[in-house]
Amino acid sequence: MGRYVIRRLLQMIPVFIGSTFLIFLMVYALGDPIAALFGDKAPDPATAARIRQELYLDKPLWLQYAHYMGQILTGDFGVAFNGQEVTELMADAFPVTVRLTLVAILFEIVIGVTLGLLSGLRRGRSLDTGVLLLTLIVVSVPTFVSGYVLQYLIGVKWAAVSPSVSPEAPFGELLLPGVVLALTSLAYVTRLTRTSIAENSRADYLRTAVAKGLPRHRVITRHLLRNSLIPVVTFIGTDIGALMGGAIVTERIFNIHGVGFQLYQGILRQNSPTVVGFVTILVIVFLMANLLVDLLYAVLDPRIRYA
Amino acid sequence: MRPRGYGLAVCAVAALLAGVISGCGSSRGGTAVGAVRASWGDPQGPLEPANTNEVQGGKVLDMIFRGLKRYDPRTGAAVNMVAERIDSPDQRHFTITLKDGWIFSDGEKVTARSFVDAWNYAALVDNKQKNAPFFQDIEGYDQVHPTQGSATARVLSGLAVKDERTFTVALRTTFSTWPDTLGYTAYSPLPRAFYDHHEQWLKKPIGNGPYVIDSYTKGSQMRLTRWDGYAGPDKARNSGVELRVYTDNNTAYTDLQAGNIDLVDDIPSAQLKNVRKDLGDRYINQPAGIIQTLDFPMYDPAWNKPGMEKVRRGLSMAIDRKQITEQIYRRTRTPATDWTSPVLGAKGGYKEGLCGDACGYDPTTARKLIEEGGGLPGGRVTITSNVDTGSHRLWMDAVCNSINNALGKDQACTVNPVGTFADFRNQITDHRMTGMFRSGWQMDYPLVQNFLQPLYYTDASSNYGKFSDPRFDKLVDEANAESDTAKAVAKFQQAERILADRMAAIPLWYQNGSAGYSTDIADVELNPFSVPVYERITVK
Amino acid sequence: MPETPPAPSPDPPQGPPGPPYADPSDPNATITPGDGGAMTLATSDAATLENGPLPGGTGSGKARSLWSDAWHDLRRNPVFLVSALVIVFLLLIAIWPGLVASGNPLSCDLARAQDGPAPGHPFGFDTQGCDVYTRTVHGARASITVGVCATAGAALLGSVLGGLAGFYGGWWDALLSRLADIFFGIPIILGGLVFLSVVPSGSVWPVVGFIVLLGWPQISRIARGAVVGAKQHDYVQAARALGAGDARLLLRHIAPNAVAPVIVVATIALGTYIALEATLSFVGVGLRPPTVSWGIDISNASIQIRNAPHMLLWPAGALSVTVLAFIMLGDAVRDALDPKLR
Repeated sequence: MGRYVIRRLLQMIPVFIGSTFLIFLMVYALGDPIAALFGDKAPDPATAARIRQELYLDKPLWLQYAHYMGQILTGDFGVAFNGQEVTELMADAFPVTVRLTLVAILFEIVIGVTLGLLSGLRRGRSLDTGVLLLTLIVVSVPTFVSGYVLQYLIGVKWAAVSPSVSPEAPFGELLLPGVVLALTSLAYVTRLTRTSIAENSRADYLRTAVAKGLPRHRVITRHLLRNSLIPVVTFIGTDIGALMGGAIVTERIFNIHGVGFQLYQGILRQNSPTVVGFVTILVIVFLMANLLVDLLYAVLDPRIRYA
Repeated sequence: MRPRGYGLAVCAVAALLAGVISGCGSSRGGTAVGAVRASWGDPQGPLEPANTNEVQGGKVLDMIFRGLKRYDPRTGAAVNMVAERIDSPDQRHFTITLKDGWIFSDGEKVTARSFVDAWNYAALVDNKQKNAPFFQDIEGYDQVHPTQGSATARVLSGLAVKDERTFTVALRTTFSTWPDTLGYTAYSPLPRAFYDHHEQWLKKPIGNGPYVIDSYTKGSQMRLTRWDGYAGPDKARNSGVELRVYTDNNTAYTDLQAGNIDLVDDIPSAQLKNVRKDLGDRYINQPAGIIQTLDFPMYDPAWNKPGMEKVRRGLSMAIDRKQITEQIYRRTRTPATDWTSPVLGAKGGYKEGLCGDACGYDPTTARKLIEEGGGLPGGRVTITSNVDTGSHRLWMDAVCNSINNALGKDQACTVNPVGTFADFRNQITDHRMTGMFRSGWQMDYPLVQNFLQPLYYTDASSNYGKFSDPRFDKLVDEANAESDTAKAVAKFQQAERILADRMAAIPLWYQNGSAGYSTDIADVELNPFSVPVYERITVK
Repeated sequence: MPETPPAPSPDPPQGPPGPPYADPSDPNATITPGDGGAMTLATSDAATLENGPLPGGTGSGKARSLWSDAWHDLRRNPVFLVSALVIVFLLLIAIWPGLVASGNPLSCDLARAQDGPAPGHPFGFDTQGCDVYTRTVHGARASITVGVCATAGAALLGSVLGGLAGFYGGWWDALLSRLADIFFGIPIILGGLVFLSVVPSGSVWPVVGFIVLLGWPQISRIARGAVVGAKQHDYVQAARALGAGDARLLLRHIAPNAVAPVIVVATIALGTYIALEATLSFVGVGLRPPTVSWGIDISNASIQIRNAPHMLLWPAGALSVTVLAFIMLGDAVRDALDPKLR
């Protein structure tokens, strides 16, 4: 077990280097960010040259990357164009996004698993069909559509919640954005749970449990659900990373100054320290989540062991 | 007077008026009593006056700084602010005398040195100030800001401090309207704290304007409070302003509807249809010094060969500006009939209809002209613009459809959206355009010169299409040397007629400033730069 | 599914009823990853991760019988028939949009901007005054091309890479899996801006290529898990003992038994790819005029939802129906291929 974890942790090093390089390369490929700093005016060549020099942009790509990595190793993630340290941006953005992700994940788990469980137990009945249609519609409606519509309906028309999120981003204000963010994943969780439940409800051990005379709720929670959660947990584990970095549209619609927002700004302004820094953290979150999920398997299913 | 505390009563009132049930939550919490909550965009760079060239940072600088002159929020005329008088015997050498009694909010006196040091700092290439070119007319600029290599002087030789309240400026050439450019924020004075404690100053800039910065959380909000020690005539009429960063103007508008914010100074185009219904007369739509044009890549022989002026004129006539400004923009744009802006006024050089028939919609003549001129290069034309900001996609589609309808071909004009502004700017500055491209010009100062010279003078800084006409250049030079304003304006208009003749760029429309506000505030105005005049806003 | 890149969906099935590949709790499962003896750690890890598909028991050893069984089932499945009919109809209008909409999707009259339904224009007009009905019909071609081709590309690339990773295990596997992890980390908007602005072209192919690029890791994980599961079966061992080469083993014995989950995931992904195109258009790097697509129309309509909901309703509805049809088809095909449900 320990060796396994160490091995997986070691594998993160090449992934870390690979992803930073890839993202660095991609931001580099976007082109020169300096001209845009001058707005609609032509950049003054001398000033532009100085700024490039300061940001190491006048060096070849590999040197830029080496310089950047050297900085990172000393804990310096560079500076955004507005003069803010990227680490400072991260300290502002990640707590907000973590809260948003928590809301989304909780929503996915509670609603998704419940709906999935119900429809799985009533396979083929009208409840099942209803949930199926609901989830399919959710899958096919893009987030920016559901975001705008829900924001307008709930935030303005019915004024049930605030349509945007204040800079402090308390949990209460993150409910609606969290739901919007979770919608697509919710559909997946629901269908995964349903599938898994439907499948396992025919398993031998379940028949045994029922035959032993265990109460129904105990059979469902301890035997059926626990054994059905593996694919769901896998999905949610990978979804954490995706939700944190992929909330660009949701964060924009609800004016949340989180990771997605910073990433979007960084991309539009072609500021590689911001983009690479944020993506790097996201990749690490992603890898950790995957590892955690793998370890969770052993909890959910005692037959699985790691050397 | 606005109720105290968490603004529950305000919420209730706002809720009733907006027809909402709740939604006031804690959003008013923390905002000072009597303060205006206004929408804001994240400024791109640090808030140094000579380094800020975009509207969002400019908004703040306009609140915390006062320069030698200031543009009257209504008329746009440059009036003396810190300056007592600016004299010149020859339109080249200027003596500037300051008023007594101006101080920075940290107590330091505003002296001639405050200006001269700030200007020297701005011009010096080592300081990487983006607005450095604004100082290029001053003697010695080439030494402190050489195009290549390092500076050979630290200060502009054309600037000299005479005494505490007087300094002189020597320009490289005659420039009769130069004093009128001094209302631009790049010319603001700076306190010693700017140089001595630069890092701290950047975190919380100190100026001499009617507001002081209370707190600044980069990327999310800034709180400004009225400065009671302010020496100028335009003291703030509210207790402060809270600027909130919005990434999407639609969200800001939604927040205005929900009562979470008092002032939105950019109404999203999709909401223009509803704005009267939503806000009634709390909606402002007035001209601003912004013109949108479609430029041609004149460096591309395909667009610059003889006869192409007919094609360019034909394209201009194929655009139904009136319909587009009405249907897409709900009259927040006005069809352009010259290359300047109505905010200049007839005396300032705006000339309605200068463009003539070429800016009117006439599909038949358009088709004929394009055929006479040899047709579109390759039979088609593209419109390029970035689409990450503004709602450019909408008008690009509309203009293309208008051209296609006029020409009777459904693919003669296609849009070429560019994902990021940076990419778009690079394509422009690298001269990689092959068809028409968007060019938006927001004036730096309300002078006709600012609408013509930087954009169409040979090799001028923002002449992206590389338009060049010696007759135009000559007239502009003559206009600049003219000491009589009326004669100068006449010369500029003569030059402008050459643009009409050659259709160097198609004027599309004058952009208005638009804003909406809540029932909590009143006396909201926009200045000619489409920025709200914050200090005049009153809070109920 | 606009926000989350298509990639991050994980290993096991996201999909409709019952993963074809049993999870470890399945008593029939033959993988017990913990004691994977000869297998490397990475591979055994894979097995636990992916819970490879187990064409249950020993019954469906031959590919042919599996396929013919499936076909037999499908022909009598009403869900399959309905979804297949819908798809055929969609393909027809994608190829010949003129069949049902004779108008020109590019001819627009701004004077009628956002007007509601009018005679001859049953769905009303969009912001530019174009006919929504005509545009919805003509948009099918680009959207379905993106969906089908991107899915085919991602499925092919993903199955090959995932299959090889699962089959050879060891370093190959670690390399390809971690490569997939890196791709999961690419923000879709960054990827879109980079890839789609470097390759400027009006056609659908760059968009297809981009989606394949970000979509393959997902399918590769599924395929890898499936192959890892399948390759331990007795019949594969037997074939190997009889001297079958790697290629023959993979193609003749493993692939037929590992293909089912890939089909399932791919059909779901198809829908998400079509929706993804809408997100790309929203950001300004997706398909561009004169190409007509649901994505372009949906992204244009989404901000106008208050003024002209009909602009959004029809293209989004068309997209939903398409996604629904493909998911139902995938559902039916997957059910048919799953021996345990038989």
